[in-house]
Amino acid sequence: MIGKQEQNMKLHSTNRTENGNAFAMQENARKKKRRLVKGMIYTLLIAMAVVCFIPFFMMIINATRSNEAILAGFSLMPGAALAENYAVLKDYVNIWSGFKNSLIVSVLVTVLSGYFSAMTAYGFAYYEFKGKNVLFIFMLVMMMVPGQLGLIGFYELSKTLGILDSFIPLIIPSIASPFVVFFLRQYIQTTLHPSLIEAARIDGAGEFKIFHIVAVPIMLPAIATMSIFTFIGSWNNYLMPLVLLFSPEKYTLPVLMGFLKGSQVAENLGSLYLGIAISVVPIMIAFLFLSKYIVNSISAGSVKE
Amino acid sequence: MKKLDRYGYVFIAPFWIIFLIFSIYPVALTFYYSFTNYTGSGVAEVVGLANYTRLLTDSYFLEAFVNTWKIWGVNFVLQIGLALLLAMIFSDMRVKLKGLSFFRSAFFLPNLITISSVALLFGILLDWQHGSLNMMLLKLGLISEPINWLNEPTTAQLSVSLILTWMWFGHSFIVVMAGVSGISKDYYEAALIDGANRWQTFISITLPLLKPILLYIMITSLIGGLQLFDLPMLLTDGVGSPDGSLNTMVLYLYNQAFKYNNYGYAAAVAYGLFVITLLFSAIVFKGMFKNERRKPGQV
Repeated sequence: MIGKQEQNMKLHSTNRTENGNAFAMQENARKKKRRLVKGMIYTLLIAMAVVCFIPFFMMIINATRSNEAILAGFSLMPGAALAENYAVLKDYVNIWSGFKNSLIVSVLVTVLSGYFSAMTAYGFAYYEFKGKNVLFIFMLVMMMVPGQLGLIGFYELSKTLGILDSFIPLIIPSIASPFVVFFLRQYIQTTLHPSLIEAARIDGAGEFKIFHIVAVPIMLPAIATMSIFTFIGSWNNYLMPLVLLFSPEKYTLPVLMGFLKGSQVAENLGSLYLGIAISVVPIMIAFLFLSKYIVNSISAGSVKE
Repeated sequence: MKKLDRYGYVFIAPFWIIFLIFSIYPVALTFYYSFTNYTGSGVAEVVGLANYTRLLTDSYFLEAFVNTWKIWGVNFVLQIGLALLLAMIFSDMRVKLKGLSFFRSAFFLPNLITISSVALLFGILLDWQHGSLNMMLLKLGLISEPINWLNEPTTAQLSVSLILTWMWFGHSFIVVMAGVSGISKDYYEAALIDGANRWQTFISITLPLLKPILLYIMITSLIGGLQLFDLPMLLTDGVGSPDGSLNTMVLYLYNQAFKYNNYGYAAAVAYGLFVITLLFSAIVFKGMFKNERRKPGQV
């Protein structure tokens, strides 16, 4: 559209030969100004991108420098103390066990929440039963309740059930994820027509088989979108594991970070930087491959609601 | 009810069993504890409304309330301002910029990193004597002596606000951009033909049409902001230093329960926090839609 308008304007200007020269000069000046503005904007954007990245850059640089070098002054050049820093870190904290624990919890949370939310969403969408609407609305209301509200009751419940200092209270509650159920129900209602289910029934498939063979594949893109949020949320969760876990060997990565801060590792800055770097760099690498997908999921999640 | 419809209950049963046990029961139990003097062991004695009257006159809770708002407020203004500025730049039809997806990802990166790692990282970057920030500023000659960022109430709060902005402006930008891409290009073309400048286009077209998206960002950010915990917990000593300036509401709740064993009182703090969140969400909703008349049939 704009291209056409510019063409029209150009045609117009060539018709008026007496103004042609002045117009071309004006156009030239405007182009120059536009280029200048563009350059300024790009500079600003690149500066912002640098600000986003520089703390991580400093972290990686300092992870390779010795404690003495870091105390002595600021540098943008990597040092040679990486192995030494790792040895100190390894003596006090097993950071890989934190990684393993976080991975176990987050993967199980993501799988359970995806599978059972799909099941619940399917139940709400394709069956007519008494109390269905009341239950659904009640679920939506409970969605608004922040996690901290039940924190003390949750701790007491875990104590009563004898599941403190285990992964169970971190994993099992994800079977009930109201927001994921809500999102998946909205999704499946617009993508799966009931006649498809009827057809499968006529072919003699059982209800659970229909859910697994017909509904789940159709829901997969929406489950994947929600899984990203669930995984990130679980991976970053700090308060719950902090309250529920006591043994250092069971700590998830965020809790281990807090533990690291209070431990003797904190006396060697190079090792502390390295510990943080180990917790951060794998996520950055994963993001490198998944960034487009994650960004699109956020866009979709916010607009379609 | 058809015979097969009974399967509806089967499909939603696991959700409801877990939901009742691990979500609804704890919320109800916390409510009960908020009327007791429970200390984590022994018998919980019912004390009526004592915890709530204490909450209303508790200067530490008030301090936590004010701190949380200050820290969130500064961060929100900066975050949404940056997001809108960026959206304005990228939606401008006169300067067609390239690299949207690169910048979106770059700005979003800090949001993905575990907050406790971020807190630890900034804790040492902002260190008074050995932190990279002071060393860099000194080297560039921008300051003559190191600033003790995390030891002064004002700079400590500002640091938390800026870290939050750093973490969240990319996320807001993505959401705002998603909203902008939903606005019909016809409006912008019409504005261009009418000779509207950038600012006019932004004020009269982009901003009004983005209202629902901005509301979404504000509500989610407010709810998240009122629950601020990880950063203040890990940046300083975990009880709100310096001078109680990093004492936020959830940090206060955590310390009351798991540091001082005042479970009953902490439960009342939790419900106080909940009421505050509800109240302010309602105010935001009302404020945003004050001047809008409902179309017939619209819910």
